[in-house]
Amino acid sequence: MMSFDPYGNPTYFILLFVALLPLMIGLLYGRRSHIYESVISFVFLMLTFGGIKWHTGIALIIYLIYQITLVWLYSRYRQRPDTPNKGWIFVVSVILAIIPLAVVKITPAVHHGASSIIGFLGISYLTFKVVQTIMETRDGTIKEFHPILFGQFLLFFPTISSGPIDRYRRFIKDYDSVPTRTKYLELVEKGVRYIFLGFFYKFILAYIFGTVMLPTVEHAALQAHGLSWALLGVMYTYSMDLFFDFAGYSLFAVGVSYLMGIETPMNFNQPFKAKNIKDFWNRWHMTLSFWFRDFIYMRLVFFMMKHKVFKSRITTANVCYVINMLIMGFWHGETWYYIAYGLFHGLAMVVNDAWLRYKKKHQAQIPHNKFTEGFAIFLTFNVVCLSFLLFSGFLDTMFFAARP
Amino acid sequence: MNETQSTVLSILQDLTGEDVSSNMDTNLFDEGILDSMGSVQLLLELQNQLGIEVPVSEFERSEWDTPAKIVAKVESMQ
Repeated sequence: MMSFDPYGNPTYFILLFVALLPLMIGLLYGRRSHIYESVISFVFLMLTFGGIKWHTGIALIIYLIYQITLVWLYSRYRQRPDTPNKGWIFVVSVILAIIPLAVVKITPAVHHGASSIIGFLGISYLTFKVVQTIMETRDGTIKEFHPILFGQFLLFFPTISSGPIDRYRRFIKDYDSVPTRTKYLELVEKGVRYIFLGFFYKFILAYIFGTVMLPTVEHAALQAHGLSWALLGVMYTYSMDLFFDFAGYSLFAVGVSYLMGIETPMNFNQPFKAKNIKDFWNRWHMTLSFWFRDFIYMRLVFFMMKHKVFKSRITTANVCYVINMLIMGFWHGETWYYIAYGLFHGLAMVVNDAWLRYKKKHQAQIPHNKFTEGFAIFLTFNVVCLSFLLFSGFLDTMFFAARP
Repeated sequence: MNETQSTVLSILQDLTGEDVSSNMDTNLFDEGILDSMGSVQLLLELQNQLGIEVPVSEFERSEWDTPAKIVAKVESMQ
């Protein structure tokens, strides 16, 4: 059987187009067939998780049964007319939802890089969707639970491998309705544009930066072994590759969603034009950073303020920034450089906020013009690229890997 | 100006140090007047001063991004 990485090669796109055509004609005529959608989802999931990767398919099925049961049980508990809504039951539910992902992330760290048998492509992204659904159920924002719809939400194939991370209520609203013809034509136009922009990003720019240039500068930097111009080259080249590769993938995922009449949220908004680190996180991998903002940072701040853990609101904000970003670091993987990357961004947010406070207090003395704005963008870009060099793991290879 | 509106505006003034009453349609997030921390403080103050419970999940930024929208939201929840 054929087996593909999602959006990996031209054959995948041709198959995708053929499969989507009947669905698109249907939507154009105001009809949405959940049966047809489920069939093509199944086929594309088989292409991703079947064939030689069949064991990851089994892991996915077991994972789904486990998580749907968990959310269903928690939802039943919350919908009891006399629900006590105990905090510890909520906490235990969230921990149970995270356990499979934690096992997958920790296994390579303790077993010398071996991957866990319960892992599959996209487990992180499914876990985000499960955890947010439990949290919104706790808040009473999600009142009803439909196991089938929830399954469709988790398995929505255009975004299953690497996001963008949608929200249950938003997804269901699109999934259960048909856009008007004018609206759908707009979506198709945008969707097609995104997919072609994605080709340019992923198959041309990311190819140039990642496949053509990166190995050369990496080789030169390894030869120099330490601070060198080549290392600076690695920093910028890797950053460009990371952006165009991931933004390209995200454009495919969003574009294909649009063709299916689902407005999956965008993941990037010109991140290198950010004026500061906070601004950067509102533009880079947005569905992830908004997830962390809404489901970790804001809740942590809410909890700490309510229980008056710290006297000062500035301390509260800063402690929460660092915890939030550290969790993101741990989520990326249990290596020193991912965790350092998280800490780096946590501290960068603290510095950023301190500067914003200072600027507000001394508004009259601090100049603000095109030049200072340009400088802010330049500085932010370089701080971000430096963090990506850390993230890339190249420093680990250069300093700690056994030399050949 | 009704009571809800003046309470909301005074909460915003306490939180941000800025009087926003003359710019009811300013985008508070784009202007850097409010951030996540400020949002949470706003929710807590709404609870303390007006007795309105807004869970964090209900806080959809685009629905709370101007003083006018916040006032409307609060009025709809009273």
